[in-house]
Amino acid sequence: MEHAVDITLTVNGTTVSRRVEARQHLVDFLRDELGLTGSHVGCEHGVCGACTVRVEGAIVRGCLMLAVQANGCRVETVEGLSDTRELARLQKAFHERNALQCGFCTPGMLLAAQDLILSSTKPSREEIRQHISGNYCRCTGYQAIVDAIEEVTRG
Amino acid sequence: MKAPAFAYAKPASLGEALELLARPGAKALAGGQSLIPSLNMRLSSPELLVDIGGLKELQGISLKKDLLSIGALTTHAQLEESSDVKTHVPLLAQAVPHVAHAAIRNRGTIGGSLALADPAAEYPAVAVALQAVLTLKSRSGERKIEAPGFFKGLFETDLKPGELLTAVEFPLAKPSDKHAFLELTRRHGDYAIVGLAACNDRFVFLGAGSTPTLFSFKGDLQSARTKLKESLHPNPDLYHSAAAKLHLAGVLLERAWNTLSTSR
Amino acid sequence: MGKAELPLHAPGTKTDRGYIGQSVPRPNAARLLQGRGAFVDDLRFPRLSHVVFFRSPYAHARIKQLEFKKARIAKGVIGVFSGREISEFCTPWVAVLGHLKGIKSPPQYAVAIDRACWQGEAVAAVVAETRAQAEDAAALIEADWEELPAVTDMEASLQGTEVIHKELGDNICFARRHDTGGVDEAFAQADAVVEETYGFGRHTGVCLEGRSILADYNAAEHSLTVYHSTQAPHMMQDIFSRHLGIPEASVRVIAKDVGGSYGIKVHVYPDEMATAALSVMLRRPVKFVADRLESFLTDIHAREHKVRIRIAVKKSGEILAFDLDDLTAIGPYSVYPRTSGIEGNQVVNLTGGPYKHQKYRGKLNVVFTNKNVTCQYRAVGHPIAVALTEGIVDKAAAALKMDPAEFRRRNLIPDDAYPYTFPSGVKFEQLSHHKCLDLLLEKMNYRKMREEQIQLRKKNIYRGIGLAAMIEVTNPSPAFYGVGGARISAQDGATLRLEPTGMVTVLCSVTEQGQGTEAVLAQIAASAVGVSLEKIRVITGDTGVTPYGGGTWASRGAGIGGEAVLQAGRALLSNILEIASRILSVEKETLALESDFIVNKLTRERKMPLEELGRVAYFRPDTLPMNFQSELTVTRHYTPREYGFTFTNGIQASYVEVDTDTGFVKLLKHWCVEDSGTVINPMLVDEQLRGGVAQGIGAALFEECLYSPEGQMLNGNMADYLVPMAGEMPDIVCAHIETPTRQSQLGAKGVGEAGTAGAPGAVMNAINDALSPFQASVTTMPFTPERILKALGKCP
Repeated sequence: MEHAVDITLTVNGTTVSRRVEARQHLVDFLRDELGLTGSHVGCEHGVCGACTVRVEGAIVRGCLMLAVQANGCRVETVEGLSDTRELARLQKAFHERNALQCGFCTPGMLLAAQDLILSSTKPSREEIRQHISGNYCRCTGYQAIVDAIEEVTRG
Repeated sequence: MKAPAFAYAKPASLGEALELLARPGAKALAGGQSLIPSLNMRLSSPELLVDIGGLKELQGISLKKDLLSIGALTTHAQLEESSDVKTHVPLLAQAVPHVAHAAIRNRGTIGGSLALADPAAEYPAVAVALQAVLTLKSRSGERKIEAPGFFKGLFETDLKPGELLTAVEFPLAKPSDKHAFLELTRRHGDYAIVGLAACNDRFVFLGAGSTPTLFSFKGDLQSARTKLKESLHPNPDLYHSAAAKLHLAGVLLERAWNTLSTSR
Repeated sequence: MGKAELPLHAPGTKTDRGYIGQSVPRPNAARLLQGRGAFVDDLRFPRLSHVVFFRSPYAHARIKQLEFKKARIAKGVIGVFSGREISEFCTPWVAVLGHLKGIKSPPQYAVAIDRACWQGEAVAAVVAETRAQAEDAAALIEADWEELPAVTDMEASLQGTEVIHKELGDNICFARRHDTGGVDEAFAQADAVVEETYGFGRHTGVCLEGRSILADYNAAEHSLTVYHSTQAPHMMQDIFSRHLGIPEASVRVIAKDVGGSYGIKVHVYPDEMATAALSVMLRRPVKFVADRLESFLTDIHAREHKVRIRIAVKKSGEILAFDLDDLTAIGPYSVYPRTSGIEGNQVVNLTGGPYKHQKYRGKLNVVFTNKNVTCQYRAVGHPIAVALTEGIVDKAAAALKMDPAEFRRRNLIPDDAYPYTFPSGVKFEQLSHHKCLDLLLEKMNYRKMREEQIQLRKKNIYRGIGLAAMIEVTNPSPAFYGVGGARISAQDGATLRLEPTGMVTVLCSVTEQGQGTEAVLAQIAASAVGVSLEKIRVITGDTGVTPYGGGTWASRGAGIGGEAVLQAGRALLSNILEIASRILSVEKETLALESDFIVNKLTRERKMPLEELGRVAYFRPDTLPMNFQSELTVTRHYTPREYGFTFTNGIQASYVEVDTDTGFVKLLKHWCVEDSGTVINPMLVDEQLRGGVAQGIGAALFEECLYSPEGQMLNGNMADYLVPMAGEMPDIVCAHIETPTRQSQLGAKGVGEAGTAGAPGAVMNAINDALSPFQASVTTMPFTPERILKALGKCP
């Protein structure tokens, strides 16, 4: 039985192949093997949301998925979604409303917000709060983030 | 915290998976939403992780004559999106949004939740309330067990070494059935302090004991509340004494009863 | 009175304040929005190694034996080190300061030697090629312990049956008594005396980015570069230099992006000192990032207090006196270099703050325990002082059957009473309590809310309104730390450099952790010089590059760093106009700089673009007069001198609904009216208030570091320690009054901590207001459902 496994996956549109330790979780793989340091590690128990990335189009906790489980998958991170401009409207609204301060929660928060925007038409503030309730932010108190997401869903 | 080293295998068939799971130190990896945090925190150190994520046999929701069969690998998100679940097992549909947050629901599975048997989890209580039937497979064959008998103690189920939970069957809701799912949490998505999955007169509490605790509602609300105090023995948690939990369970009992009495 | 020396340009014109007062988005947020920031854990270095610490599982234990044999030969291991080995490269420290009379603490080492004094204290270090390998090796260390009695209860600690550090004689780190005299007489004269004991749960910062440090020693140069998630790079430069024996200017500390700090990362952590020492020992870069579990065990905790407070009032509502007895539990060491006596000291300084009583007695005991160390965390003693004051004030108002807002109105220091010396000795330059109260009540529509409350009670809906008036310490002078002997700078500097293309680079010694320091400095620089905001670039957080200064803490960044930038900007403008007058052969007084152009001051006619001036000054000085030298880099420093602290004031309100069946509290809304002097960027100020309020709400409802009697932390993970998430937070309405300080031209006071200072008191008062029909009240934070149910008599 192997402790290290060969994997091939597509990250932000680019196919990559690496040999990884089975125990390495996805966000460590993205950060350490691929240098995509935009997704952050905040707790490694799946609670804070700082590691949120997209796998096969669905948001997941990068710390609760092993890199080997992403074999054959399509992975998208904040860098990729910035370059394709998929996050542009949200990023503009976040910027203008100061919906970020230290920026550590921001990539995960943007991924969670975009997930809501893709799946819902005009969520209420309550619904927005519920959807981002799995992303910890210590700096903003959340209101500016809710305002920014609300603006994008209305616009 | 980085997980300790383990070997990894991804079987292509259920048979192969069961062979691998028979090895000592082997653990099944499904959604990983409970297993991986415990690995990251070095709370468990399996020798071998058997990734069952690719097993087609464990996927899918199929409507049978008088039951809905849900594959163990069905994710919370798939349950949420399923019109069959909404229509035929409404109590389960009501419970799903309480499970953590979207990112967790995209990966976590019903099989994982049932097999872990966290006393504060939603599905074990729903399964007991609806008397769901679980299918367990091993190298030596298959058996079925009714939900109440499956949950034995704190994080303890009837799963034998080498056994894998492959599916759970729920009876289809009848038009006359009444359901309520209630949960008290400090924050949206938290583990329940105490919760209640009610179907007709079967009131099953979560977070009020080591396993889902069935309470048969008889008589009027007053007498039920009194009887509840005698029959429920919750464990305290970090923030709530047993007495506080008992009180909260009583509040949920009343609220569920109100919902059930007024629903059509 | 009036505003400080703004306007900056022609008074009464559109440009007179430049960008000051505008809500411009932060230029340095763009990279964070794309995940293209540079946090310490993002950096890559050749031969980078990782350190993991072997930590004591016991609250108090003697280290009998540590066996490293198996760990040393594990895969990827570079070395395994004991506290004694590391002490040869890093000297210990004692966290005491001269102005806290009698404060005592034993020496603390980077890695403990002989004895561990709290669960989680590092007793050995493992360095390996990867973090995972280091953790694997740490699991192979064999340790032989002798468990010692753990002191965990604060009252038992004070009693001293078990003394943690025998050489100190008792467990009292610091004690203080303040007495104006006449207190007993005031209580004797009172028409009503109200007393209460309040409890505050120990809690912690939970920065999303764990503490992070990457130390890079160059053996050839005997120099050290440290990439550090810290608020105070110069302070750390001094400390690394002295404790590692490296010349000061050979130590460079760089703080790039910092993922939240709130005071947590302004202290000296033994494991971070050890990391730096290990880089010296191993002659290669060493990185340490505290993971979440060790963060809970070792990031400073704060605010564990039990306080008895009494208030004496006349039936007119006049407060005669406060009397306070504060017992607070810290860890086994006072934390370096600011000491763990400051939080309690602030409680004594600030309780009763907004009010005009004359008599005051405050007693403080700060005791050691075998729990994690504690030190300054956002708002320091204010949340306690404000909750005590505003809690007992509400009780006094109730005893007199007076509306809480009216009671405050009768007692707040009048807006024209300044300068004012408060009974604890602190001095206020100019506050605006009444203006703030008026604005708050108007914004809330207080009357209407009270009427609505009465109507809803008839329907068994129990809502509460809670007020909390406050004063807040900002922009401290050397009186805070320097006078006690700490090498913590209370002054800051800014260098402004005009680049040849007309851009301006700002180098400033205050730092950024997300509050918007760099944006604010850019706005000030652009305004002072007369260039457009896009032309400014700001560099902070690098001791090799910026002037020497204190960094950002105690809400000093805008007021102190900003003032240095303002003055440097004005001086740079003057120098630019000197050059322009030579180039254009006109009198300097006829010129101004406006939106990147040299203009005629009166006619506003554009004479020359700034980039042209830059070209001439840098590349064609041969065209300028013979004895003329352009000086396009200017540095200015600023120290607040007149007042020990520049106090601000504000008032908050919380509106809650209490479910009296479950004890759950729903936060309906929150208001914050704040006077922080000149507001440079209203959006950033509002967001500081909101973030601060959320942290205060966390303390009031959710957060507590729970310890067993044996000193084991019970909830040290993100699932069990409850931080506020989006689902439970209210919308927060912010409003401002601006009373500039006259100590600076900018007039800006600080605001970073105000939200946290007032929110717990406001929420407590709101809950108790909601519970008042039941004659029930809660006094111990956090107000869990169980505590509320107990107050209501619904569960034993």
